[in-house]
Amino acid sequence: MPTDRLFQRIAEPAGSAGADTVTIEFNGAPLQVPAQCSVAAALLASGVTRFRNSPVSGEPRAPYCMMGVCFECLMEIDGQPSRQSCLVTVREGMRVRTQDGARTLPLPPAVEAGRTEEVEHG
Amino acid sequence: MTSTDLIVIGGGLVGTAIAYGAASKGARVTVLDEGDDAFRASRGNFGLVWVQGKGFGMAPYARWTMDSARLWPQLRDALRDETGIDVQLKQPGGFHLCFSEQDMEARQQRLQSIRDALHGDYPFVMMAHRGLVQRLPGIGPTVAGASYTPMDGHANPLKLLRALHTACRQRGVRILSGHGAQTILPEQGGFTVHAGEGGKARFSAPRVVLAAGLGNRELAAQVGLHAPVAPNRGQVLIGERVTHCLDYPTTYVRQTDEGTIQLGDSMEDVGFDDGTTVDVLSHIAQRGVRSFPALAGLKLVRAWGALRVMSPDGFPIYQESPGYPGAFVTTCHSGVTLAAAHALRVAPWVAGGDRPQGIDGFAGDRFLNPNQTFNHAH
Repeated sequence: MPTDRLFQRIAEPAGSAGADTVTIEFNGAPLQVPAQCSVAAALLASGVTRFRNSPVSGEPRAPYCMMGVCFECLMEIDGQPSRQSCLVTVREGMRVRTQDGARTLPLPPAVEAGRTEEVEHG
Repeated sequence: MTSTDLIVIGGGLVGTAIAYGAASKGARVTVLDEGDDAFRASRGNFGLVWVQGKGFGMAPYARWTMDSARLWPQLRDALRDETGIDVQLKQPGGFHLCFSEQDMEARQQRLQSIRDALHGDYPFVMMAHRGLVQRLPGIGPTVAGASYTPMDGHANPLKLLRALHTACRQRGVRILSGHGAQTILPEQGGFTVHAGEGGKARFSAPRVVLAAGLGNRELAAQVGLHAPVAPNRGQVLIGERVTHCLDYPTTYVRQTDEGTIQLGDSMEDVGFDDGTTVDVLSHIAQRGVRSFPALAGLKLVRAWGALRVMSPDGFPIYQESPGYPGAFVTTCHSGVTLAAAHALRVAPWVAGGDRPQGIDGFAGDRFLNPNQTFNHAH
């Protein structure tokens, strides 16, 4: 959940009238965040520090590069998992969720009966 | 001047597997590695421990590959015990998907030819779509079928490289990066290697192994060996991590132990260019989606090209120099699959033991026959 803000916007975007904000839904609860920036920047400026958990270690993760390279900022945005939140502009009413572990692809489950032929040839 | 029992030129999977194996036999070993500006095949490969289809037209290579796959669990266990690193070897068997009846027929013939050459010691089955879907539930409707062998598997190639480096260091091997070999001078009782910038660093040993990948071509000639290797580019697509969904590796698609989906298998002769191209990556992506339609929703995180170390006929080169005994060349394009053979079979040989059985046909001199043409596209 949001805590003390680690990041602050140093200036409002040019042409904006004062502190522009939008309200998004963050993990099911309304959250007012700065407008005219990426989802990642908006959440960081709102004190969010955990964006996802690593699928490998389970550790909490947050944005690192903020330019689309490191894939640390993956979130579920408007129902779509694994979006790079640093590359998506925040929007009024957007539904954003932290992502726990890896997403699941819609592949059918393995048929157990078919696995009996497996051969360990060590 | 640093003096050891053995100098290994090349710190990739081939070089460190041999250095590790030799050090395990008690040899004092120096590994001379280039820097990160080198073409590092060991950091760009796909990670298959793969048998099926290899050795078509050359039964010794099929046997050598099968032998390495059988030895792999022993290497995995040794590395885990010595370093604590689990290289994630899984050998559930593997599939090669076919997209037409003609593909199926050609595949059947190819594998049957290898089986015949091995006098039947080569388990494989062809599975049509209906049977295959039981084993690979996510395959697409245009997959005609697949070949399956229980011999195939995969590992985490980066963990393997790290484990080999760690195990080498723990066994006292000196691994020096930024020390590309410039000159090898045969001398009384051994060799002196000039390495690093301007060749200023000097190393001597009674034995030297060339495991320098594409660099072997130039180095081999200095010690009376012939290793006419050339780059062959493969491009790879890396998808996001997803929950476990693929139980088996396939030639074109696999899921790593940490959930990453890898798609690959292209071959291009484009010289020393390890870049990526949109047309090849598109083809790889489209084939991946044809194989497993659910991959259409996969997010891609990376793409790269890497250069295979390809000999003219596609098979490895292992040879001790006839003119300068103690100098060896070892090179192949399957550093992961053959890692166990290199650590457990080739290393004892280059450290002073007997030549391993079954590698007589891999001398680089085979390419000196002017009346023969070679083709690695198989």
